[in-house]
Amino acid sequence: MASAAHTITKAEATAHPPAEAVVVRFAGDSGDGMQLTGGQFTLSTALAGNDLATFPDFPAEIRAPQGTLFGVSAFQINFGSTAIETAGDAPDVLVAMNPAALKTNVDALKPGGLIIADEGEFGDRNLAKAKYDANPLDDGSLAKWQLMKLDISALTLEAVKPFGLGKKEALRCKNMWTLGLALWMFDRDRQPIVDWLKAKFAKLPDIAEANIAALNAGHAYGETAELAGPMQKVSIAAAPTEPGLYRTVTGAESISLGLVAGAQLAGLKLFFGGYPITPASAILHHLARLKEFGVTTFQAEDEIAAICASIGASYAGQLGITSSSGPGIALKTEAMGLAIMTELPLVIVNSQRGGPSTGLPTKTEQSDLYQAIYGRNGDAPLPVISARSPADAFDCAIEAVRIATTYMTPVMLLTDGYIANAAEPWKVPDMAGYAPFPVTFKTDAPGEGEAFLPYARDEKLARPWAIPGTPGLMHRIGGIEKAEGSGAIEYGPENHARMTEIRRDKILGVDVPDQEIECGEADGRLAIVGWGSTYGPILQAVRRARARGLDVSHIHIRHLWPLPKNMAVLLRSFEHIIVPEMNTGQLKTLLRDQYLVDAKPLNKVSGQPFMIAEIEAAIEKALA
Amino acid sequence: MNDMTPIVTAPKDWETDQEVRWCPGCGDYAILKAVQRTMPEIGGTPANTVFVSGIGCSSRFPYYMETYGFHTIHGRAPAFATGIKLANPELDVWLVTGDGDGLSIGGNHTMHVLRRNLDTQILLFNNEIYGLTKGQYSPTSREGTRSPSTPFGSVDHPARPCAFALGSGGRFVARAYDVSKQLPDVLKAAHAHKGAAFIEIFQNCIVYNADVFAEFTDKKNATSHQLWLADGEPMLFEKGAKGIALDREALQLKVVDVVDGDWQGAGVIVHDVRNRAVAHMLVEMPFGPFPMALGVLYDDPHPTFESAVVAQNRELSEGKTPDLQALVSKGQTWMVEKEPREN
Repeated sequence: MASAAHTITKAEATAHPPAEAVVVRFAGDSGDGMQLTGGQFTLSTALAGNDLATFPDFPAEIRAPQGTLFGVSAFQINFGSTAIETAGDAPDVLVAMNPAALKTNVDALKPGGLIIADEGEFGDRNLAKAKYDANPLDDGSLAKWQLMKLDISALTLEAVKPFGLGKKEALRCKNMWTLGLALWMFDRDRQPIVDWLKAKFAKLPDIAEANIAALNAGHAYGETAELAGPMQKVSIAAAPTEPGLYRTVTGAESISLGLVAGAQLAGLKLFFGGYPITPASAILHHLARLKEFGVTTFQAEDEIAAICASIGASYAGQLGITSSSGPGIALKTEAMGLAIMTELPLVIVNSQRGGPSTGLPTKTEQSDLYQAIYGRNGDAPLPVISARSPADAFDCAIEAVRIATTYMTPVMLLTDGYIANAAEPWKVPDMAGYAPFPVTFKTDAPGEGEAFLPYARDEKLARPWAIPGTPGLMHRIGGIEKAEGSGAIEYGPENHARMTEIRRDKILGVDVPDQEIECGEADGRLAIVGWGSTYGPILQAVRRARARGLDVSHIHIRHLWPLPKNMAVLLRSFEHIIVPEMNTGQLKTLLRDQYLVDAKPLNKVSGQPFMIAEIEAAIEKALA
Repeated sequence: MNDMTPIVTAPKDWETDQEVRWCPGCGDYAILKAVQRTMPEIGGTPANTVFVSGIGCSSRFPYYMETYGFHTIHGRAPAFATGIKLANPELDVWLVTGDGDGLSIGGNHTMHVLRRNLDTQILLFNNEIYGLTKGQYSPTSREGTRSPSTPFGSVDHPARPCAFALGSGGRFVARAYDVSKQLPDVLKAAHAHKGAAFIEIFQNCIVYNADVFAEFTDKKNATSHQLWLADGEPMLFEKGAKGIALDREALQLKVVDVVDGDWQGAGVIVHDVRNRAVAHMLVEMPFGPFPMALGVLYDDPHPTFESAVVAQNRELSEGKTPDLQALVSKGQTWMVEKEPREN
């Protein structure tokens, strides 16, 4: 289970590679329904009680030209009977629906791994599009792997014949045939998929039945075909987990749920201003369906309007939230400055993607850390929190709301494309276990001869939240520097210096819990310090290294600004520090700046998550 | 809060203790007075009133109104107003902007607040210049305007605020100028209109663009160059000696002479504020050959954005209990009874 609470059992610590875990990658044309296949396989795997992690990897184009290398869409799942923290380094099984999918994915496959290829798609045209001179299924070039070639297209057409679909529609059932085979291979129940297909195509019963027939045919093929060769049924036992109710969750879902939960704990209605952008839109989609929780969603005309409307809603007494990805966050920057200046609560969710500019819209990266912490004009501090996994994002969202409303400040919540799209099992939280943090609006008008001071401060340096509609508390706020206390326009040099200090001190005073160690000791030879979605690969790499007796610990930072108060002591307790990041070294720079420690970078900016082996290698090198 | 009991106020109840910092003689003073005079007459409640502005000379306005006020960022006031109104539709939201703020940097938001029809009054102070940044030409400056950024005269075509508002789907479009005595009446009509009410207020920037509207605002030019429109009244000016009629051949407006008060005989159009086609012609009417059309050009209410949002939120929430525990437990779930095996 990818949760902070997980303690490592002896068996896990000695596992190398993790016992009884399998990595399967489904790859096909972007029109082949690979994300759907993967998603349904994930569901059945979760229901079988395995722990799992997934990695959807798809092109930015909605329907890239068929058969092309850049149009390949892939979905990887790692599942097993031990704790799973990553989507897996190298797949054990690759399902390739066409030559392009084979070409772009086969090099990742473990030596000796299994390729299941749809040979019906390996005609001259598709081979040419994938830039193959000869058919790789026949020329021996795949010799280091096990190859299983099936004419999935023909088998699917045969299976759905009774439903009289056109060829194009019939071939759309290929992904269900493939899924059926995969379910058989790993001993998974078909019923949840059947139920899902019936619900999805409730208005098109023929399509539903055809898909179910394809699913069953794929399953039956595995069961009955005379399979000489590599394909064998593999049974993966359920993973040890804490007892309780579980579901699968993606980061986009858990952030949405966490924001709703946070608003409820604060006793506020939630206003979400968004603008479509990959990969952040999913949060807007989820929240748009939750109106009964006092949620208003507003699809604005642009990113700027989305944040401005959210700030307006906060000003008027709701919890304003906005969300975007790098380029959209850049557009919102000026408005963040206003929220800092007017000291209004606001949560800004950044689902990071590869940059700069449009960059890699559908690939993951952690390169917006500088932007989050430093990226505004003027001295404009705001708290920054980062989620490490889909399940963790729920608590992070609640924490962001708590800080925003307690301290009257915008808060940036960092997640990334990987977390947003990836799914993992999630132990359904007991909401009774979350302490409410109700907001109190200022309502008492000042006495005769007294003035309301909109920039008075409580012990946390937060100013009162007096919302329009409250008699006697009329006041004006804005982006111009304001006098301490009264909030009136004030350009004076001493006042500006004082207000700048107050804004800084308020954020530095945010009650951030002490940093804990994820794995290992609180001192020693080497600390691997990470943030965000590198959590899984770092934890696994550290576990494996420790199992081999190496002196290494894992520190994973949720509160990136302000940093936990014990961080200085903690970092100085290690001889070496390595900071793996999917950027060119942003947290590394931050740690060097804040603590004058010799943090060394380990960077990956390929748009792909770290592999465990890459971090393991860095640990070994550092301790050699 | 949101106590809607009308209270009696006087104009001075709407004044703040802040020193007004516009240039002496600026047209903004007259507009401020007109608004402060109007608020008691429409039964406004200071606590339920919000003035929202962007950046520019006009956008200092909220500081001088004893209401809730939000001086935001350049061009974005409509977006803030949208969030405020959606969060609390009971509030009376006024938006103050200028030609640069509302039509240049914020043109996009002006378009969308009109299209969505948020219930708000949009006061666009048009002085055809950037004042606060010291006199650059603006999107409404006439061709050939000499300014620090166009020392040899501007070459681009100006935007026409009322045509922009109508083209964006606005349901209330009006015009007045800073010192016109009819301004309070126009403000009242805008406030009475449920939905986005757009008022272009010509405002004299005495420092950077003085007297640019004198051709119709000067006393000596008023009767000949101002056409004050009133619903149900003929479109007459020059003390009734001239009127606006439709050239039925060319399908465009024309100026006609009215002899002995027989405006009907001259074919003068009776103003119907709900006639969108005529409104389009009025906003396009070129000044010079025609007088400046002032007053309420168009007023035909439609359902507002915030009422539609509120109605949908209510409809979809009806009969549903917001059960957080049930929400997080949704979807396909499974129960883990005990650890399946010991490690």
